[in-house]
Amino acid sequence: MTILDFTVIVAIVSFVAGLLGSLTGLGGGVVLVPLLTIFFHVDIRYAIGASLVSVIATSSGAAAAYVREGFSNIRIGMFLEIATTTGALLGAFLATRIPTSALAVIFGFTLLYSAYLSRKPRPPALRNLPRDRLATRLRLNGSFPDTNGERKYNVQHVPTGFSLMFGAGALSGLLGIGSGAVKVLAMDQAMKIPFKVSTTTSNFMIGVTAAASAGVYLSRGYVDPGLSMPVMLGVLAGSLFGSRILVKAETKSLRLVFSLVILVLGLQMLYQGLGGKI
Amino acid sequence: MPPVPVRAPAPQTIQSKTKTEPWDDHRMEVILGILLRSGVMLAAAVVFSGACVYLMRHAHEPADYRVFRGEPADYRTISGVLQSVRNGRGRGLIQLGLLLLIATPIVRVAFSIVGFALERDRMYVAFTLIVLAILLYSLLGSGMNV
Repeated sequence: MTILDFTVIVAIVSFVAGLLGSLTGLGGGVVLVPLLTIFFHVDIRYAIGASLVSVIATSSGAAAAYVREGFSNIRIGMFLEIATTTGALLGAFLATRIPTSALAVIFGFTLLYSAYLSRKPRPPALRNLPRDRLATRLRLNGSFPDTNGERKYNVQHVPTGFSLMFGAGALSGLLGIGSGAVKVLAMDQAMKIPFKVSTTTSNFMIGVTAAASAGVYLSRGYVDPGLSMPVMLGVLAGSLFGSRILVKAETKSLRLVFSLVILVLGLQMLYQGLGGKI
Repeated sequence: MPPVPVRAPAPQTIQSKTKTEPWDDHRMEVILGILLRSGVMLAAAVVFSGACVYLMRHAHEPADYRVFRGEPADYRTISGVLQSVRNGRGRGLIQLGLLLLIATPIVRVAFSIVGFALERDRMYVAFTLIVLAILLYSLLGSGMNV
């Protein structure tokens, strides 16, 4: 394959990944690394580097649109970023030390878990929770615009959420993904933060988390310009396009299809990783 | 302890961007959001122009990413990237765009320090400084020669 063919095909695949990722809310980064390694035979380290860069682009590109809605909580984001960036730094250093087949296996399990999470019904949101002492001291409680005025919420279980965020950061640094699913899990399920606040704050945090491991990747030579260019431009264009048509699209069946794709890619990564092919 | 700032309802904050408006978290987030978007667009434009140069010169060479070799120093260090941009290299320009992209969330964090300082929130100024230190360590201190 010539560089021109390769660039065009990777850009198209990345565009579709970014589009589906933004339409389903599952993120595009999670499918990019397996697609690049399985179908384009790209070394997983180059794939992780390119994917991580595209994660920064989509997170930052979408931030302006999210912020305008007034759901994200900058204090929750900044406080938890202490955990995610520390984790990301650790994850990136780990990624440079463990064998690529182990990376593929961890990636496979992460994909299977993401597929499972995306199908699991969310338990109903709890309202009017008591004020938690630590959360109050850290000024994490907030409010957001609801159908009938401002709705206040009280954040719970700060230590659990903080630890989960460290894990999310480590996973992001290790695999070059946004790990938005784990971030939302930590905020929505553990800390009882309203779902919309969780997803938008998570998006805000993904870029900062990814930037923490990007420096390590760059200095270790994982970020190849020829590969990262079509991936970053494709994913960015796809996700921006996706956020425009989001309201009109039928996302339920799309989500099902996308989680099946994630499942299949996860099994492939496990198979190839365990077989020592990656 | 400084008072917790009250968040104004979102629609009003957008409609009235006057100087008299109190500094609050939401206003800060809106500015940060615009900052992030501009950074990404600038980075994408630089990457795209680098792509044009790169493809014009190397379009018909074979693409091969099967074997990991690691990037040469030209594309691994800030000084190397700047040097290859000066030499008119397409890949150097792409890498410069990617550096701008990585810098965008870092600038956002740095700007948040100003925002929290304006709100006289010392605790969050400290938290933000910790995050900024980790980010700068990753970019500048993790074995990369500036």
